[in-house]
Amino acid sequence: MHKEAAIREPLILGHKTYHQITEDVCKPIEDKAPRTWYVLFAIAAIIGLYGVGCILYLLGTGIGTWGLNKTVGWAWDITNFVWWVGIGHAGTLISAVLLLFRQKWRMAINRSAEAMTIFAVFMAGLFPLIHMGRIWVAYWVLPLPNQFGSLWVNFNSPLLWDVFAISTYLSVSLVFWYIGLIPDFATLRDRIKKPIPKKMYSMLSFGWSGKAKQWNRFELVSLVLAGLATPLVFSVHSIVSFDFATSVIPGWHTTIFPPYFVAGAVFSGFAMVQTLLLVMRKAMKLEAYIHTKHVEYMNIVIMVTGSIVGVAYLTELFVSWYSGVEYEAYAFINRATGPYWWAYWSMMTCNVVSPQLMWFKKLRRSLLFTFIISIVVNIGMWFERFVIIVTSVHRDYLPSSWSMFYPTHIDIGVFVGTIGLFFVFFLLFARFFPVLALNEIKSILRSSGESYKDGTATSPAYSLADQGLANATKPIETKKEVKEDKTAETSVKEESKDTSGLFDKIGTATADEKDDLKKINGLGPVMETKLNEIGVFTYAQIAKMGAAEYAMLDELTGTMPGRAEKDDWAGQAKELMNNNDNK
Amino acid sequence: MADTVIYAMYDDDEVLKAGAKKLVSKGVKVKDVFSPFPIHGIDPIIGVKETRLGIMAFLYGLTGLMLATIGMNFFMIQDWPMNIGGKPSFSYLENFLSFVPITFEFTVLCAAHGMAITYLLRNKTLPGMPAENPDPRTTDDRFVIELRLSNNANFDASQLESMLKETGIVEIDQKEIK
Repeated sequence: MHKEAAIREPLILGHKTYHQITEDVCKPIEDKAPRTWYVLFAIAAIIGLYGVGCILYLLGTGIGTWGLNKTVGWAWDITNFVWWVGIGHAGTLISAVLLLFRQKWRMAINRSAEAMTIFAVFMAGLFPLIHMGRIWVAYWVLPLPNQFGSLWVNFNSPLLWDVFAISTYLSVSLVFWYIGLIPDFATLRDRIKKPIPKKMYSMLSFGWSGKAKQWNRFELVSLVLAGLATPLVFSVHSIVSFDFATSVIPGWHTTIFPPYFVAGAVFSGFAMVQTLLLVMRKAMKLEAYIHTKHVEYMNIVIMVTGSIVGVAYLTELFVSWYSGVEYEAYAFINRATGPYWWAYWSMMTCNVVSPQLMWFKKLRRSLLFTFIISIVVNIGMWFERFVIIVTSVHRDYLPSSWSMFYPTHIDIGVFVGTIGLFFVFFLLFARFFPVLALNEIKSILRSSGESYKDGTATSPAYSLADQGLANATKPIETKKEVKEDKTAETSVKEESKDTSGLFDKIGTATADEKDDLKKINGLGPVMETKLNEIGVFTYAQIAKMGAAEYAMLDELTGTMPGRAEKDDWAGQAKELMNNNDNK
Repeated sequence: MADTVIYAMYDDDEVLKAGAKKLVSKGVKVKDVFSPFPIHGIDPIIGVKETRLGIMAFLYGLTGLMLATIGMNFFMIQDWPMNIGGKPSFSYLENFLSFVPITFEFTVLCAAHGMAITYLLRNKTLPGMPAENPDPRTTDDRFVIELRLSNNANFDASQLESMLKETGIVEIDQKEIK
């Protein structure tokens, strides 16, 4: 089993049992939605519908309804596209890269982060599609045989690479997400009583039964998909950056773009995850699973990637001067001091200065501060794309064609509309889907649950009291029988031997000889006091213990049966004794 | 074929693992284990072999790589070479660099989807399939060992039951199947 250092903060706070985890995650789905959910959903749906209306108007009338002109041919559309794709990078990064690095804290956030990824990529994909103008011929981007001789799409073009990259990324993320969801849908299927939802979830769960072989395959598939998705995450935004970097436009023609775009994508993606999760954990009462430590970890990622982005900005500036290309140099001078100076400096403030505040532990552990910064970063990253795209093209080689870009209300409507649609999707997800990866969280409960780490757990990871409801449906005579056997055994032992039998073998000790028993892995402060009460004080005593003594201990202390044997307390005590001797 | 199935329920994954070990050491064949999350280390105990899906993923990836290479060679080199500033357009090798991104994406696409589809088929998890877990609680916080009489010719049902009872079970259930 996975072991975790005692000094690491627990990932699951309070005393949770397996059943309680199920309960905490499934309750919001089974209960009626709170009024706020309906209010938020209505607002998001109205904004989303407005966006759909704008898109339909745009498709019916033409791209001229956007504020584009002869000089600025790409503006908000591509800005929004890159912004959404960037946001869509956190989810797969969390679930794939952090899986490969065995970061267990990802388990609390990966499900919702991945949902966010998928919805963000939906929104991103919309922009190139509507930018085509004639969306009904969108299939022309595919290499299909056609009537124009055999005219194929151009495989040399980064725009076509984008088609493949985005669609691969979307479909692979979707598959990765869904494969993780199947066992959790099965949990919902087995819990829910209402017939229609039960039917729905049993369809969605694909008849998952949780057999050993299924889990065996599940784990391997997760690992291999993570391995495949990791280079995919990096490739997607690299390819998005090629859309610019392979051109010869000053300000775009930059070899630093791929790593810089990827870092920026992770940066903005994590910011969006923070924005969503800080609200969701509160609204759905998941504070025990997504707590300050998770927020801090994410803030550290934001800080690191924000710093990479900052270095990239400065490198870009330096190289534009150092290259000696006057057009390149002018593009950057124009960004900082030209008519779009305000966009440039908002980008600099939001993306370079604000993440640096995360160096202060107090700030990065403050939830309110994190929430504000996450929104600031989202705004800053939108400006970054706007600055790169619009300020680079609005003053081209021919001063007579210089112009500005002014968004029309359709530009604004389409952008705001995608935000509305995104929230419609996310709210539906939060309402009907298990927002935490149940099966993954359960597998780290023992190693990272608070009460298991500090040894204050009064019951094992299961709790019979919690099961009152479930037991009613099953015959319990057999169970009782087993239970009685146990108690009978216990009482017999206790009467005849009491504690004396224990000390025949391990020997007695007094409080003066006391060792720090807490050093033994799996033995917490509560257990220590209990042991001391019985009369177990030293490593030497524990080192002599065998299976019989463990069993006696379990009966005497009544906590965590099997723990001593599993963690091999005797072996650990022997080692600690040796260490003492060496000193 | 008529058979007797015994389901023994545990409320702790570690207890189940210890129990399974004990049963197997006595020569009992464990048919299956149902659990709400993967129990690490159970596979070698009950004799579940390592899955070969990883190999399949590699093969699917190889297929994707091949298809992408064949496709782009046909589209861009054989069928309609593009004249881009007079650069050599009749050699795959010299144009190979700009085909790398799509080759990579297509390889990943085929490997991921091929493996996912194989996974669903092999697991018999497809839309509309019936669930086979013996108790709804096995997707919540219970763990079940399934024994079959036909797999354990040396024992009878009551022997198996009494052996199970020594392993810390919380419930036991017997079923006859035709």
